[in-house]
Amino acid sequence: MNQELIELTVAEAAERVRSGELGADEYLAAYREAAAGDSLNALLWRAEEGSQADLEGTRASQDEVDPDRPLAGIPVAVKDIFCTEGIPTTAGSRILEGYRPPYTATAVRRLRDAGARVLGKANMDEFAMGSSNENSGYGPALNPWDSGRVPGGSSGGSAAAVAGRLAPCAIGTDTGGSIRQPAALCGIVGMKPTYGAVSRYGMIAFASSLDQCGPLTRNVTDAALLLQAMEGRDACDSTSVGIEGGIDLPSREDLKGLSFGVPRELAGEAEGIESGVREIFERTVALIEELGGEVSETELPHAPHGISAYYVLAPAEASANLARFDGVRYGLRVESEDLTEMYEETRARGFGPEVKRRIMLGTYALSSGYYEAYYGRAQRVRTKIAEDFAKAFERFDFVVTPTSPTVAFKLGERTDDPLAMYLSDYCTVPMPLAGIPAISIPAGLAQPDGGGSDLPVGFQIAGPAFSDSAMLDAAFALEGAIAFQRNGAGGTA
Amino acid sequence: MAGELSGILDHVDRISELDLEGVEPTSHVIALENVLRPDEPRPSWSRDDVLERAPDPASGAFRVPSPQA
Repeated sequence: MNQELIELTVAEAAERVRSGELGADEYLAAYREAAAGDSLNALLWRAEEGSQADLEGTRASQDEVDPDRPLAGIPVAVKDIFCTEGIPTTAGSRILEGYRPPYTATAVRRLRDAGARVLGKANMDEFAMGSSNENSGYGPALNPWDSGRVPGGSSGGSAAAVAGRLAPCAIGTDTGGSIRQPAALCGIVGMKPTYGAVSRYGMIAFASSLDQCGPLTRNVTDAALLLQAMEGRDACDSTSVGIEGGIDLPSREDLKGLSFGVPRELAGEAEGIESGVREIFERTVALIEELGGEVSETELPHAPHGISAYYVLAPAEASANLARFDGVRYGLRVESEDLTEMYEETRARGFGPEVKRRIMLGTYALSSGYYEAYYGRAQRVRTKIAEDFAKAFERFDFVVTPTSPTVAFKLGERTDDPLAMYLSDYCTVPMPLAGIPAISIPAGLAQPDGGGSDLPVGFQIAGPAFSDSAMLDAAFALEGAIAFQRNGAGGTA
Repeated sequence: MAGELSGILDHVDRISELDLEGVEPTSHVIALENVLRPDEPRPSWSRDDVLERAPDPASGAFRVPSPQA
């Protein structure tokens, strides 16, 4: 395997392709070889040279790569929730086993238009419901730092592929933390853009008012490059608005003139944050001050209710969105003599336990007797959370928190306790409820409580809606000061 | 699963302690106005492409078992 090519960042590889120093096909071949050796179960489908799916699906790779395009020749691991024409798309569910969509998601199409190629489809929690990838219908993806631990979720395969050097970059979706938490647990960068920045067309819907597509990359510049290509209004998604002025590539070297609020509810006073995570968080906050940023405490009084509101609103939306999987138009059908029985058998066999749990929670929360007590109140809590952020942003440019309260946990550790699993998203859920952008960058390594080898810790920066470029710029400066060593204690490389 | 669902609902019930009197519900986070595009015909997916993916296509449609079996 050509290790030198594998170590290039997206920006570096694209620059070499542009200058003619590196052939796009040679670069793709190096990654196809790396992806073929996937021991992390990170990819559910891989582009194999010359296969029918390759011809249909990675069309860009059959064309001459136009070296002037910004992502010329860059292979991307695409979360299996994005429809890709002619390429299997399962959303991690057995109910869509073997499904090959008739069209391609806008986000993927835009990456292709920018010169990128689909390298493979990444493993995920079924319909993006989960925080560990253990809810995948195809077995969990594993954490490249320690294969006995989870990569996080739901975009766990995307994060594992990037951290495990199977792909130079990936895209995922974030509804309550599904990009940022796995990025943190795998030691890479993951960004959830402002709601509406990237089209949701062709992204299999989980909770439509929260779902947003974003990049998982080795560094902040690469995240900006991918978002730059993907953002924009799309006639096929009426909630897409794009980002005015587009995305600038980050260049900041310091944080002078910027202010950062540390919300006591999600950092200082929060329960359940591991001591190692807290230590890295405090060290990173000190780095912000060294870079000239101003830091002080702030409050988000309703943020602790984020999990409660989220686990009403997201299942409610999911229970409606998942009604389409009924054995009629695509995917699994369990044959039966009777229509109702066919629906029931198909859904009983096709969906895994977490999906069933959320459909039941959602339908319960929307039922006439409980609608106001659950759904109505949760929507009002959502308003309060958004108001809390708006108030914090009157005084601060950004709000910072740990991304995940803990480092990567062991496989099986939280599968018996859904609530414990849900609390993995304690620090990431409030941002999508408010529709604001947030990024997780690797900030260092720490032992889990109770001991063990060092594992990555993520640091989260959140900004006001449509501050995506400014947020990337601040993250870039901080990333330079952190100088995270990706091959320090782990990784398969 | 009943026990798990009760545990989750107990946690969710904490929002009943909040004073939410007069707070507007949020269903969508960004201010959007509905805009209508011109009603111009354009090509859609081919029927064959779509039916090819169905478990039981028949006569240009999706066939399902009888609802009255």
